[in-house]
Amino acid sequence: MTAVATPVEAQTPGSGSGSGAAGSRRQKKPVQRFSLGRTLRYAILILFVLIVLVPVYVLFVTSFKGAGDAAPSRAWNLPQVWTTENWQAAWTALSPAILRTLQMVIPSAIIAAFLGSLNGFVLSRWTFRGANLVFTLILFGMFIPYQAVIIPLNQLVQDLNLPSGIPTLILLHVIYGLPITTLIFRNYYQTVPNELIEAARVDGAGMLRTYWSIVLPISIPSFVVVLIWQFTSAWNDFLFAVFFSSSQNGPVTLALNNLANGALLQNYGVSMAGALFASLPTLIVYILLGKYFMGGLMSGSVKG
Amino acid sequence: MIQSARRWGPPLLLVAPSLILVGVFVYGLIGINFSTSTTDMHKAAQSTGQAPVSRVGFQNYLDLLASPEFQHSLMNLLIYTVVFLVGTMVVGFVWAWLLDKPIKGEGFFRAVYLFPMAVSFVASGVVWRWLLNSNQGENASGLNRLFQMIGLDALQNNWWNNVTFGIAAIAIPAIWQLSGYVMALFLAGFRGIPDELREAARMDGANEWKLYRHVLFPQLTPIALSALIIVGHMSLKAFDLIMSISKPSNYQTKVPAVDMYVFKSSFDYANAAAVGAILLVIVAFVIVPYLISLNRKEKIR
Repeated sequence: MTAVATPVEAQTPGSGSGSGAAGSRRQKKPVQRFSLGRTLRYAILILFVLIVLVPVYVLFVTSFKGAGDAAPSRAWNLPQVWTTENWQAAWTALSPAILRTLQMVIPSAIIAAFLGSLNGFVLSRWTFRGANLVFTLILFGMFIPYQAVIIPLNQLVQDLNLPSGIPTLILLHVIYGLPITTLIFRNYYQTVPNELIEAARVDGAGMLRTYWSIVLPISIPSFVVVLIWQFTSAWNDFLFAVFFSSSQNGPVTLALNNLANGALLQNYGVSMAGALFASLPTLIVYILLGKYFMGGLMSGSVKG
Repeated sequence: MIQSARRWGPPLLLVAPSLILVGVFVYGLIGINFSTSTTDMHKAAQSTGQAPVSRVGFQNYLDLLASPEFQHSLMNLLIYTVVFLVGTMVVGFVWAWLLDKPIKGEGFFRAVYLFPMAVSFVASGVVWRWLLNSNQGENASGLNRLFQMIGLDALQNNWWNNVTFGIAAIAIPAIWQLSGYVMALFLAGFRGIPDELREAARMDGANEWKLYRHVLFPQLTPIALSALIIVGHMSLKAFDLIMSISKPSNYQTKVPAVDMYVFKSSFDYANAAAVGAILLVIVAFVIVPYLISLNRKEKIR
């Protein structure tokens, strides 16, 4: 996970532009006190790192333990014999579901991002009485507990004769992803100078034309943020999965949960290896594109 | 007339599909759900139209709120939310505060603290179920065994198997996953405070504590509020972790979202819908004022 350390903005060195006297006084005396504080700070930070990584240690170590290596007294020890049998079993159990999840996550992320971009553009440029209300009503859709729509949604999906499993889940992830994708794009487009849009309009470009040739090309960063956000949240979704698919046609969260239930108590190793498999795609995205991942997180807080 | 159609037409056409989808799938379905919650549709035969369904008004709500089982769920939800909120806010703030001043390796610390957020609750539930094993003494594994190893035997407990506070144990993995998010919010807040403000306060002779107490904390209030609301509304929807760690049939750790799942699984659609509606009302109490205040802020801008 160290790889993430690099892309982060370089630390800004303390703004050491204090006036002469104050500056030199600060430099002379507190050298020792400062380094003591600094050491303490590092110690606490590292302690927290160890605590946060405890589950990771458990996942790794247990996933390499053989079935006979499960004695409670050796719970925290390294494996007596390192074996990959859990990994093989987990892969056999989960790989079809992982493939299905990819088939679900990629189209739903692309469609939701595209629709969100259209909405965001219109809502950022188009002012009419009640525009804010419309936007707020859309936003509310992002916060609702889906438990409040699942019973009729289930009926609707049956009435529409949608194939259960991945196709239904794609539709749901697109629809319920619209609020957040609209929000992220709207916030971004609000920072685009009006002159740019106006210039296109003066040249006779219509709204669609303006969107296609001016707005879309400058939206790449937002697209990355939105795609990552949608990818991660659909990949990690369990609620829709458990209500609208089965272990035969559902995504990896459901398959993992079933695997863990089946292996309960007898063999944690298989479920731990499975948990690592199931988390790998989102972790890779996080490690490679951490900065953009943060972008999605921050807009989740509706701070423009 | 034509002119206004030309002005309004294209934008309306562009957003219409999404507006209709959100209108139907959010507001339409909320309406139908409410309607279902006021019927006596408690059996599978009724949901498939093979048995008559009649209106019972608010009876399902009254029955639910009067039942000790559902009260237990609401109590659990309250405990979970308090522990989860206090935990993430305190840990997230401490991390942000430790990383506020420039330090080597900041990127590394941030990345480690934040990574659990990228993992699904189901996957983290697998390892936390192992960590929160209730066995003690000889048979202890998980955290109880770790406590023995570092000489803190007294800390051993039965985690989520405790009837009253078991749900608080489920909040621990939730804190593990979301503290990094709160840290990121606070860190952005700290960084947003202009350096001049700090300098000015130092010039005026403010020590570190006073600087934080009187200058930096007040600036962070809006961020703390958003963090509370975002994490709070997630907490009210708690479901995945419980499904994965303690399983839906577990009385100790049940919350409304789990009840809804259990009702739905037994084809008691009326009660499932009623629980969903209750959850919606609870979440709306938190979210609606927040959205209104955001809306106001925009108008001023």
